[in-house]
Amino acid sequence: MIRVLVLSLLLAGPAFAVQPGEMLSDPELEARAREISKGLRCPVCRNENIDDSNATIASDLRLLVRERLVAGDDDQQVVDFVVDRYGEYVLLNPVARGAGMLLWIAGPLMLLGGGAVALTYLRRRRPVQDTPLSEEERARLDALLKD
Amino acid sequence: MIVELGHFALILALCVAVVQSVIPLIGAQRGWSGWMAVGDLAANIQFLLVAASFAALTVAFVTSDFSLKLVVENSHTLKPLIYKISGVWGNHEGSLLLWVLILALFGASAVWFGGNLPPRLRARVLAVQGMIGVAFMLFMLLTSNPFLRLAVPPFDGQDLNPLLQDPGLAFHPPFLYLGYVGLSMSFSFAVAALIEGRVDAAWGRWVRPWTLAAWVFLTIGIALGSWWAYYELGWGGFWFWDPVENASFMPWLIAAALLHSAIVVEKRESLKAWTILLAILAFGFSLIGTFIVRSGVITSVHAFANDPERGVFILLILGVFMGGALTLFAARAGSMEAKGVFSTVSRESGLVLNNLLLTVASFVVFIGTIWPLLAEILWGRTLSVGAPFFNAAFTPFAIAIAIALPVGGLIPWKRAEIRRALWLLRGVLVLAVALGALAWAMQTGRSALAPLGLGLGAWVVFGAVVDIWQRTGRGALQERLRRLRRLPRADWGKAISHAGFGVTTFAVAAITAWQVEDIRVVQEGGSFDLGRYTVTLDDVEETQGPNYLTTMATMTLSQGGDVIAVLQPEKRFYPVARMPTTEAAIDYGFLRDVYLVIGDEQDAGGWAVRSYIKPFANWIWGGSFLMALGGCFSLSDRRYRVAAGARRPQGVPAE
Repeated sequence: MIRVLVLSLLLAGPAFAVQPGEMLSDPELEARAREISKGLRCPVCRNENIDDSNATIASDLRLLVRERLVAGDDDQQVVDFVVDRYGEYVLLNPVARGAGMLLWIAGPLMLLGGGAVALTYLRRRRPVQDTPLSEEERARLDALLKD
Repeated sequence: MIVELGHFALILALCVAVVQSVIPLIGAQRGWSGWMAVGDLAANIQFLLVAASFAALTVAFVTSDFSLKLVVENSHTLKPLIYKISGVWGNHEGSLLLWVLILALFGASAVWFGGNLPPRLRARVLAVQGMIGVAFMLFMLLTSNPFLRLAVPPFDGQDLNPLLQDPGLAFHPPFLYLGYVGLSMSFSFAVAALIEGRVDAAWGRWVRPWTLAAWVFLTIGIALGSWWAYYELGWGGFWFWDPVENASFMPWLIAAALLHSAIVVEKRESLKAWTILLAILAFGFSLIGTFIVRSGVITSVHAFANDPERGVFILLILGVFMGGALTLFAARAGSMEAKGVFSTVSRESGLVLNNLLLTVASFVVFIGTIWPLLAEILWGRTLSVGAPFFNAAFTPFAIAIAIALPVGGLIPWKRAEIRRALWLLRGVLVLAVALGALAWAMQTGRSALAPLGLGLGAWVVFGAVVDIWQRTGRGALQERLRRLRRLPRADWGKAISHAGFGVTTFAVAAITAWQVEDIRVVQEGGSFDLGRYTVTLDDVEETQGPNYLTTMATMTLSQGGDVIAVLQPEKRFYPVARMPTTEAAIDYGFLRDVYLVIGDEQDAGGWAVRSYIKPFANWIWGGSFLMALGGCFSLSDRRYRVAAGARRPQGVPAE
């Protein structure tokens, strides 16, 4: 339900994303358009890329991406074009620049830190040299083993 | 009248919870058995009262009592009965009541099944459980009361969100909540142990079944939600890395880590402090999940700022419980001395690695989820973190876990040699690599994802088979088969769950890499090719359901002239809620689903049609089901059924 309350908010139109009429006839360009669309967020939706969204603006963006592709932009230029107009908010994959770098290296850093702690712990828990049994204990052990 | 009784019962339950959180605690501290026993009684009464309150709200929904604000906003007379019932928890206030009901249920279960717990520990567990109850019941009564009346009741309701009117979704929240709230038991046990200042093997044995149960419920809940998204949202996605999904995924990961580390506490009396910390964190993530979902903070910081009452309250609950527990932890963790020693290569170390990977993975999800919030508060930047980031950041952890799992599961406690485990797994390794290579060779020019997924999946699944087979020891085949049947259920649970993880890993990779998609305009009577199938759009008609209008297409799926299935995808419109939904039509198959969606009528004639072949789709949920099933097997292991505390050490204790 949790998810639904939210998803319900975004499904403003019938759940139908890329329209047949929007698609490019060149399959290679179309494939690139789809790939780019997956990384662009529909600005009025919650966590939906423009490929999956039904909002009007998502449709406009899909057409915009295709226009730029047809005009000869490469993938990065298309993305930059959209970001220039709509802000970095539309990037589902946040840029790893400046403070954004933190997000990307947080995982590896934590893994390294955690790994170091774990390793120290493991080394500390290594079995110490067993102390040899005393005469008395040995005698007791022998007696027990004979039973 | 019934509604007022329900309201009154809830207030009474709050009072009982206050008693439950104070009296047994004092009793345990002073050693007064009468005061400790109050906890048992209070937990039972609290459960009965909350159940009565929940029943009252259910009656209001079933009888469509439109003098109740909540019923007006979430129900309608025309709605089928089952959705009138599920409407009780299909909203903020009602879902909180369900949350409190399950909390009280777990508290009472600690009384019903906790007969073997030492009275002092049980009293403290119940007291902590009572405190959580107090917090959430206060939250409900002060900010989200489900029992508010309307002065002028309308004739009919505004209907439940049509997306919620679905069997998969009707049962998704209760399972999820059983999981979320089940982790409160692990938390209560951890805090009780900290107050007690003692953690031993017995504690590990007591806390593990509760964690296991919570994890099983979470697994089922998440799988149900994912399955629902797959068939309901109309493009066959199964996981979106949405904040609300992450909210349930983070506790699941931590709970998975916790139930593994509790094994080390139980069997080897090590990792005690860490296990306590995980138990606290697991519930912490449940609370964070509640905060994320309930406060609206992730939708936008401004939405939160405009109506901060609920969010701040949950944040307060989070702060008090996490702050309190972690302070207690800092003060007492030092006294949890580990007993067992083990070498750097051992089962213990394997489980440490498991914990490291699962915990860091869940923190990665956590940071990604709250990053937009941080960026806005700290740098005033509005940015998004979506599926591409999570896929990139999370997948390496999943791969590392899959690689390490079969080896870690095979090596013995205390001291081990990796070489021996690898030798046992040599056949599996060859098979996995061969399968991956085969997939790579057959799918020229596509991503390496699917071959990798197949290889890893096979490695984990057959690794689990080798694991359980070598548990039967040596001897003749018949002898070993006989022993296989008699292995402890926990061994079976381990093998089944691990195999389930392998299946899901493979399926996720396969469906992502091998899906076939087709979008086009089709005239009525027209047909087109989809992979090796032919799809014909026979006709499209407008009809009516119990509380919706529908555009229903009839499509024939055939292969080489033979009809395989006639499918009817729909586009529904719910007039009361004024919301459209898509009902995809799916031909389920063992190896693939064919997934058809009907779209809008085109101006130039014909209909937009989206169709997919989704390979191994069912395996995603099949694998999840196996994971949950394995959990159930472990849960029914003899050692949890036999009273743990009743077992006395035999013979002379070693001094």
